[in-house]
Formats: sequence, structure tokens, C-alpha cells
Amino acid sequence: MSDGADGRDEEGRDDEVRGAPRIPGPRPAADDFADLTPVPPPGPMPEPAPEPEPEPVPEPEPEPEPEPVPEPQPRPASAGAEPESAPPALVLPHRVLQALLGAWALAACSAEETAAVEAHLTECAPCADEALRLRDAVGLLHTDRSLDLDPLLRSRVLENCLNRRPAKIPVPDWAAPYDAETARLDALLRDIGSAEWHAPVRLQWFEGEREASRRTTVAGVIGHLMTVDGLVGAALGLDDPLPGPLSPTARTESYWSATRVPPTRAVREPWREQSHTLIRTVSFAGRGVEDLSVSYGDFALPLQDALLDRAFECWVHAGDIAKAVDYPYEPPSAGHLHRMIDLAARMLPAALAVRRRSGLAGPARQLVTAGSPGRSLHLEIEGSGGGDWYVALDSPAALGSAEHTVAQVALDGVEFCRLVAGHVPPVEAAAGQRGDREAIRDVLFAAASLSRL
Amino acid sequence: MAKNAPPRWDRKMQQRLSRGEAAALGEMYDRFAALVHSQAHRMLDDEDAADLVTREVFAHVWENPDAYDPKQGSMRAWVAHLTHRESVRRLRRGADEDRDDPDGPDGLEERVRRATAAARADYIVSSMPAPLRAALELAYVRRRDYRQAAADLGVTEDEARRRLRLGLQLLSTARTRPLEGAPPPGYGRVL
Repeated sequence: MSDGADGRDEEGRDDEVRGAPRIPGPRPAADDFADLTPVPPPGPMPEPAPEPEPEPVPEPEPEPEPEPVPEPQPRPASAGAEPESAPPALVLPHRVLQALLGAWALAACSAEETAAVEAHLTECAPCADEALRLRDAVGLLHTDRSLDLDPLLRSRVLENCLNRRPAKIPVPDWAAPYDAETARLDALLRDIGSAEWHAPVRLQWFEGEREASRRTTVAGVIGHLMTVDGLVGAALGLDDPLPGPLSPTARTESYWSATRVPPTRAVREPWREQSHTLIRTVSFAGRGVEDLSVSYGDFALPLQDALLDRAFECWVHAGDIAKAVDYPYEPPSAGHLHRMIDLAARMLPAALAVRRRSGLAGPARQLVTAGSPGRSLHLEIEGSGGGDWYVALDSPAALGSAEHTVAQVALDGVEFCRLVAGHVPPVEAAAGQRGDREAIRDVLFAAASLSRL
Repeated sequence: MAKNAPPRWDRKMQQRLSRGEAAALGEMYDRFAALVHSQAHRMLDDEDAADLVTREVFAHVWENPDAYDPKQGSMRAWVAHLTHRESVRRLRRGADEDRDDPDGPDGLEERVRRATAAARADYIVSSMPAPLRAALELAYVRRRDYRQAAADLGVTEDEARRRLRLGLQLLSTARTRPLEGAPPPGYGRVL
């Protein structure tokens, strides 16, 4: 009964319409589509070998969000069973049995239905054929989640490509951490389910002398990242998704309050699109773009530092998200981590000065002429991304210097980043401390003060 | 992202790759790496081999972006095709090195056939309309019967049965093609 429909996509449905009751049920089969079936009921045997099916993959569109047919589903279980007989042998019409084949193959119907289908298969060749095929198809399904991609694979694969054919338009090296961190977060987001987008996340940072926090959701965090990344985009002349305030906190609050319904996973696409656009834009921008000033309202950073800062934030918040949905999440590669630590270390003297002005840090002890070495704290960062930094204590204009070290702090690299992110209180941070206690305290608090929403 | 990208995206991507834009390569990876890696893993059942296939596929895309013909199908299908080709090459190479292969040449062909069907099945599942995929997942992964699946999905029981059957019908086409030389999953057809 090949109806010659060339709309192959309709096949499944045609099939169903086609299969009119072979054995009329005890009651008129109140089955779906019954009224839509002008096709004369075909005998089951002459039904041609179903589905020539040369098409490997269906046209996805023609499968419309199936219209829920508001039809009182006759309980097939009660359709033909004599209530009193103990083993209720079901007698179901061919079309009902045929419609059940998928559920049968997946062992997803009742015992009675299973028995009825199996009885039918012994006498209906087309159904038996299809049943075999569908059972076989079930064997192709598998439960193991697609393995999470090793996040380090990306850089290996891309590097191999670029060695084989050098890029005419490379991604600037200083944009690499942002590229890598956004890709890592995106991979995490791909693996989480819809419900997990609404998992609560507590964002933590440090304000003045104490910890601050704010509750949002996974989707809210992505919205936050997107709105602050928008600052970098605006500096590059891209459309700002949220024209207006410049301070990251104000932007985020206004974004959160402007979205009337809580953000959903739909936020992933625009966030990702924006980060791809940023990377693309800095690739095409000419020399010198790395020094372009990006304003955050009350401070500004050159573009290359701003993007590194965004990479850092991306990692920190990816960690927040991973924790909320109970996924593992690794720190950035050693090289990128090193640059993030370096940025924080470079920002410390200015942060100290700000705190000093508001009376939160001790007074400057020894002012030197700008550009000369001054009293310093030796920041010894251990582990991945580590190294030695000398932080000028009395003025951002002074140079950090090993010879003028008055104190030393030793910290693990990731731990230092957690401090800078406001995720550990400064009093608990340092593993090893030596020398001027006030200097140590001031630097640790200044590091925590680099954090923000 | 598993959805079919609009052809415009495919064309644009091809131009950007041809132009030698490294950022385009990164976007390409972000979109297709999971597909490539999982398909290679399904065919080869080996993490390192899947990594290598991923490396080769993206190198090929990057070095030969003009080999993609948008008229033949989506870029996604092209990438799946390259993955299949590279994985089969690896299966054969492995068999050549291991000449005491107890399965012999027939065993190898059988393995290639099975691997191909498995990879094609994954591709079909990831490309099928979301309502069908969701129904299959409920029934297969979460062991829901069709009535429970109907309730979960908020559709009639009849609709749930229809989706399960249609989903399996689509899936069963994974086995219907001869291999090798035959177009890869989808490529060469309108997806």
C-alpha cells in the first residue's frame, strides 16, 4: 500500500494513518486519527514490506512539536478483556498493536500489552519485520553519557592545526587565556541539564573588611559574565548589550533586575556569541589595541589586562557553577594561571594605596622617588603557575624589589587566586608568613579587595 | 548547538577558515569537537585514538576548508563524514599492524560495519527532532514506560507511543547502508 508519498518525513505518520484496524475491536476503536483515515483498511499480509527507508536522517523540521491530540485514550488494557477471566488476554486491533511496536521494543509497555504484541507478531508479517528492526535499533542506543572532552585537548588540537597551516589572522597571545577559559566554561554548560541552569549559586566576594555574597542561579551567573564582558566589547566599539552603567556591579544588578523572568539556559547562546565576537574582534584589530583603555567606572585597565581579568572571572565563576551542579572543574593551564597571578600581583600596590586612603591599611613607611625600588613584600607562589613577585608596599609608583623585602608570604597558586576572588578570607590564606606582620596583613587584605561581584 | 546550523553559518565559517582566521578555527572546535570526539570514541572505543582522530579531523578542516561543499550538506555532516573516514582508516591500520588478528579480514569488515552503524546511530539520535530524542531517552535511559513518558512529556499516551516508534524507525536506518564509499551519516543529503 505504498501511497507514493514523496514526503518521506511524513512516513512514520503515514504509516500510522495507514494501519487501519484489522480485527475490529469489540468496541469501535476510538483510536486516534480514525476519522482522518479515508484509506480503506488494508489486509495485513498484502501490506508491502514497510519502509524502503533510504534516508539516513530525517528532515528535522517536518517534525512539528506534535500537537497533543486531545483524545480520550481508551485504556487498551480494558478494551477486550473480560473482567473476570484471570489472565486477561488482550485483543487489540492491528493498528493499536502496530503503534505499540516502539514501546514494545523498548520494553516500555505493560505486561498485557507486551503479550498482545507478541501474540500478534506470530501472525502479522509486516509487524514482525518491523518489530525485529526496532529491537535491533534499540541495540544501537547506549546509556553512557558522551564522555566529557578533556579540556586540554582543545589547545593541543588547535596548536597542531596552526603548526600545519599558520594562521593569517591569529588570535593575539594575550587573548589566549580568555579564549581558553570561555571555551572551558562553555563545555561545562553544554553538559548540564535544563534544571541545573536554575541551581542556586552563591557568589562571594570581599568588601572592605568582610565577606559579601549574593545568591543567584547558574543562568544568572552567565548573565553576570555577559554583562561585564560587555564592557570590554563597548571599549572595542561593539554593541553593548547593556548600555549604561560602567561599574560591573551596577551593570549586573541592572541586568538581573531588568529580566522579569529568571534567566534560563537561553542565556548561553548570547554569552557565547559575545565572547566569540570579542576574540574575533581583537584578532582583526590592529597593533596597539592591547593598550586600549577599558573603563570599569572607577578604574580602568588596558585591554590586554581587561581580557585577562575577564578570563580570571570566567574561571572563578565557572568554578562556582561547577560546585553548584557538582561537577569537577580544573584550574587553568599553568601558563594562563601564571598570567592571572601576575595581573593580581601588579594590581596590588594600587589596591594597597586605595585601602590606605580609606584608613584600612597602615601608613606608608618609606616613600621613595617614583620608579625607584621601595619596601616590598615577597610573594612566593608555589605550584602550577607559580613564581616570585615583589610587591611595592608604600606606593604604586615604587618598584618592587628583592633587596628591599621586609616580609614574605608563601601561597599555593590556586589558593592565591581564591583569595583574589574573595573565596577565602585573608586571615586564613597564607600558608607561610615571615617578617613585617602589618605588611603581610595589608597585602592579604588588599588581595581580597581585588574581588568584586 | 546540536541543532542544525543555518547554512549561512556554514558558508561564513568556510570563508573565515579559508581566510586563515584562527578565531574561526576555535569556534569550529567549540561547535563540533564533542561530536567528533564522541563519534570517534564510539567507533574505536579508545580515548587516545579518539583524541588523535579529533586532531586529524580539525587539521583536515583547517587545511582544506575549500573541500567542504555546502551544496552537499551541512558542515556538521561534513565533519561527521571526515570523522567516520578517519576512524575507519584507523581501524584498518590497526588491523594491518596486527596481522595475527584472529578475526581475519571478515572480522575487520564486521568491526568496521558495526562501528559505522554505531556512529551513525549516535549521529541520528543527535540530529533527530528533540521531542523524539526526549521520548527515547525517557524510555531507554530512565526506564520509563510509555505512559510515564507521556506524563513526563505532557503529551497523550498515543503521542508517546508514536514518538518511540518513530524514533526507533529513524534509528534503524543506521544499519541500512552499505559502508565505505557510501555517504557518511547524512553527508550528501539534505539534513
